[in-house]
Amino acid sequence: MSAARLIQGNEACAEGALAAGCRFFGGYPITPSTEIAEMMAARLPRVGGKFIQMEDEIASMAAIIGASLAGLKVMTATSGPGFSLKLENVGFAAMCEVPCVIANVQRAGPSTGGPTAVGQGDIMQARWGTHGDHPTVAFMPYSVRDSFDLTVTGFNCAEELRVPVVILLDEVIGHMRERVELPDPAMLSIIDRRRPDPSVTAPSDYLPYDHSAEPVPAMADFGSGYRYHVTGLHHNERGMPTGKAPEIDRLVRRLAAKMELAREKYLLYEEHETEDAEILVIAGGSPVRPAKRAVRMAREAGIRAGLFVPRTIWPFPGDRVRELARTARRIIVPELNLGQMVLEVERYAYSSGAPVKIESLGRVDGELFTPGQIYTAIQEALL
Amino acid sequence: MPAISEYLRSGVLPHIWCPGCGHGIILAAILRAIARVDPPKDEVVVVSGIGCASRAPGYLDFNTLHTTHGRALAFATGIKLAKPNMRVIVITGDGDAAAIGGNHLIHAARRNIGITTICFNNSIYGMTGGQYSPLTPVGATATTAPYGHLEPSFDLCELARASGASFVARGTAYHTNALTDLVYQALENKGFSFVEAISQCPVSYGRRNKLGDAAAMLTWQKEHAVNVRAAAKLSPEELQGKVVTGVLHNSPRQEYTDAYAELAARLSQSKGGRPA
Repeated sequence: MSAARLIQGNEACAEGALAAGCRFFGGYPITPSTEIAEMMAARLPRVGGKFIQMEDEIASMAAIIGASLAGLKVMTATSGPGFSLKLENVGFAAMCEVPCVIANVQRAGPSTGGPTAVGQGDIMQARWGTHGDHPTVAFMPYSVRDSFDLTVTGFNCAEELRVPVVILLDEVIGHMRERVELPDPAMLSIIDRRRPDPSVTAPSDYLPYDHSAEPVPAMADFGSGYRYHVTGLHHNERGMPTGKAPEIDRLVRRLAAKMELAREKYLLYEEHETEDAEILVIAGGSPVRPAKRAVRMAREAGIRAGLFVPRTIWPFPGDRVRELARTARRIIVPELNLGQMVLEVERYAYSSGAPVKIESLGRVDGELFTPGQIYTAIQEALL
Repeated sequence: MPAISEYLRSGVLPHIWCPGCGHGIILAAILRAIARVDPPKDEVVVVSGIGCASRAPGYLDFNTLHTTHGRALAFATGIKLAKPNMRVIVITGDGDAAAIGGNHLIHAARRNIGITTICFNNSIYGMTGGQYSPLTPVGATATTAPYGHLEPSFDLCELARASGASFVARGTAYHTNALTDLVYQALENKGFSFVEAISQCPVSYGRRNKLGDAAAMLTWQKEHAVNVRAAAKLSPEELQGKVVTGVLHNSPRQEYTDAYAELAARLSQSKGGRPA
């Protein structure tokens, strides 16, 4: 452990990226994510890395994909409107299986909305924002330390699965300062993408999109001797465009299967007093802290309340929610939108067949929940 | 000097371009220029956007990347900065480079990043069937300008020069050898190079504008091209309707990734405290 520091979630996110081995950052200024770019601009040139502020959000997403193809671990950071702009190229990264990490420090929308106001309105967008069926893994940190940890995990996931990974911070998590002790980078478990082994795979035999390597083929760096084609068009195992239905089907299904692999290896969540909880609160991101307090207040009042915290938001840890729904009479879902994560909660909880009732507690005024607001919802659930 | 056939992925031919298209001629000129430089194939990256011209990299035995519409230069910037030793070439079209990708063109030129950009200008969106582009001449007919095009067109070479490109040239498919020479010089320039290559699209542009077949359109290029040295002696009236070709601008200055390397070296010498 290094010494304790008082830092923002955005700084912890940048520290996590550097610790995970990020050596390329393409950025564009936008509130409330800008501190991540500023910190990477200061640090990367000192560690042999590259930072560039591109001419727009689209270009910064494109630049990191290019740098990833050249072999570096890459990241960009954005918020609200900027995330919307990046999404076409996020789909390109998913289709071409280019590892990359996108920090989206969510602000209150829609549109320009509130640049310094907190929101969680991008939960569905993170999963489905780019067109077509595609894999996207997303993590949602609930504290400054969690921003560090989940950014490291996000890089590992991006590299192992060859997918774009979204770190869904929010304005409160990004700007809140907490005392943290960050782990020694040497103690972290770091995953690098699997590359073809020249002693095993000759360049002429290399299949950049080998379907038999289900579901993640080895990825060669541009310039490493494996010359291959990368295209956003439907492509065959060699990477060349194809219009053949069986090849297209095989490709799109293999890409989608990465979500199942993410479910096996990267499904992270926390639970507090859920074992006997008849009132279950499910919260992620900045609402976790007021929710924790509300659950504690409820316990002190003799109410059997518990808290479930998804840290991986996509894929959603629905199987565990389904189990918990068998004990809970009532599930309350506070989120800083008008009901996005709750749709997943409903999907899984109702499929349990248990007579659970689910309440969406939305807040969209650009402010964070108070513990009292969530506690009141718990009390009302008992009536 | 390698034969250009060594640069083709022969297994994926034939190409998708229409009979009479000028793009194959321009691609051959590019490959001859690369052969003259003769870099290791592993160190060459060819990046493109979307459109007819942008299908070229798929046929080439280099590291090749067919990106999203207009964004080739932004992807290429990431590659060049990540691996400055690589020779990065961008192939784009007039719609890809001047409309949806215009912002990336001016900023790549401003940075003077070491990317050689060749814009295949056929004056039209060919892939989608003949819609007007920023380089469609005023008055021409397109499927989205059925009554004649109202907008003046860009001079992309002027745009690239004004934005900071250190090498700018224009050639045509007809003048193939001259085009090869221009691309060769563009490749030899260390900073951002821009070459506009006039192509012909008999199917989606020529036919609709009664310009004749491919041979007639190539003859038009022959008759309307004026070398920049000859053009210097002509009046604006005499140059009306002509296409000025040759090296239009050649002014080497510091390349972007070199500047970045200098910064990194400077920082490694001054070990000072970690920046805030």
